Amino acid sequence: MVRLVAILLLTALPATAQDVAPQRAAALENMLIQDCGSCHGLRMTGGLGNPLTPDALAGWPDDSLVATILHGRPGTAMPPWEALLSPDDARWMVDRLRQGVTP
Amino acid sequence: MKRLFSLVIAAMIAGTPALADDLRGTGTLGIVIERAAGTVAVIDTRAHTRLATVEGLGDLSHASAVFSPDERYAYVFGRDGGLSKVDVLTGELVNRVMQSGNSIGGAISDNGRLVAVANYEPGGVRVFDADTLAPVADIPATDIGGGKRSKVVGLADAPGRRFVFSLWDTGEIWIADFSAGPQPVVTRITDVGANPYDALITPDGRYYIAGLFGEDGLALVDLWHPEKGARRILDSYGRGEETLPVYKMPHLEGWAVAGRHAFVPAIGRHEVLVVDMDTWTEAGRIPVHGQPVFVMAEPGGRHVWVNFSVPNNDTLQVIDTETLAIVETLTPGPGVLHMEFAPRGDQVWMSVRDGNEVQVRDTLTRKVIATLPADKPSGIFMTSRAHRIGL
Repeated sequence: MVRLVAILLLTALPATAQDVAPQRAAALENMLIQDCGSCHGLRMTGGLGNPLTPDALAGWPDDSLVATILHGRPGTAMPPWEALLSPDDARWMVDRLRQGVTP
Repeated sequence: MKRLFSLVIAAMIAGTPALADDLRGTGTLGIVIERAAGTVAVIDTRAHTRLATVEGLGDLSHASAVFSPDERYAYVFGRDGGLSKVDVLTGELVNRVMQSGNSIGGAISDNGRLVAVANYEPGGVRVFDADTLAPVADIPATDIGGGKRSKVVGLADAPGRRFVFSLWDTGEIWIADFSAGPQPVVTRITDVGANPYDALITPDGRYYIAGLFGEDGLALVDLWHPEKGARRILDSYGRGEETLPVYKMPHLEGWAVAGRHAFVPAIGRHEVLVVDMDTWTEAGRIPVHGQPVFVMAEPGGRHVWVNFSVPNNDTLQVIDTETLAIVETLTPGPGVLHMEFAPRGDQVWMSVRDGNEVQVRDTLTRKVIATLPADKPSGIFMTSRAHRIGL
């Protein structure tokens, strides 16, 4: 698992650095923990929303997760965030979730 | 006691005020949740000071608290299933149990003897002895298959040693009655509507009202007549035909009541709804700055104050309950998460999460009269809640 995270980190970080400016990344990190955390838990262990820990997300491809963030999940409490987040932002969030989040 | 009193008098006469200064009541105290750090700040709401920081409370995402009848102990409900008992007089964590894997708030019984916690995982309610935090009762929610039980939300205390709560997955409202002893009599009201997401009890303790996420309207139970089941009210309340993204679930705790009107956050819409409590019908809609989260009345009911979900959570609006006009729009700072009025309403405390501060404002002038540093503050809870039904 540690190795998987390390590999993901290596592959994810360069893309992140290119697509999202550092200041935006800081805002996204805060949003992830504080606002996503309102439903998913500050440590992403779940709440009204599903857990978003690296283990919980292991079976989900990046594109599905990005689509879920941008378009929401109809029939659930997960809203579409596309009015507030760009596709690059959403991809950054997915990368960040795969690294594991602790406030 | 008499002897202690004599000692105090003696100390005062002798000109050593230490003991007299150390003696204090808890009526001006409160706590602020610092949710990311897992700490709680003990505050003095009159001196505007931070008296202590209590550590080790775990994951305080969405944490809330209730108080013992003597206003000395705060029971803090954490996301990680932790139930923590904090002595606000000494600023110490005196007890803590991990009672589930994932929880969402709780309540204390009218006699102060039982503390109940609503759990997501495993879905249900667990009840503890308020003194020792020893388990008293376990009320598993309805089985939804796959080894899971419905998530429980909107847990509130009701008169008559009762707890009332809603089942998110199965659309039920349950009443657990502990008046006959530690084994509750549970009344299950089914088919109240899809996905109740939060609930409240009116300040008089009579009506339990759950907001529905999955369909329009609210479910109302008259706790004087639970045998009548749940009644649907306010079918105009809801996300409507063109459902809007809901970035944060509104909170229904603390029914903002002024005269015959109650003020409720609309869900997804930039509106506060006005409800006529005599007829339980809509009496108006007030367009506001964003999606409302908390709609709270000043004690006395002259105004209601509203905060908003992301991306408008730097703003507060104040509504005149007589004219229904917005009388002031404030921008306290980034991430205004929660407000708490002093019991008689002269000041209002608010958490400015991303500003890492708590602001105290004069309710009349709405100007900042004090600020206190706090680490990502969220909920603010004053000890006066000990004496209010449903809080």
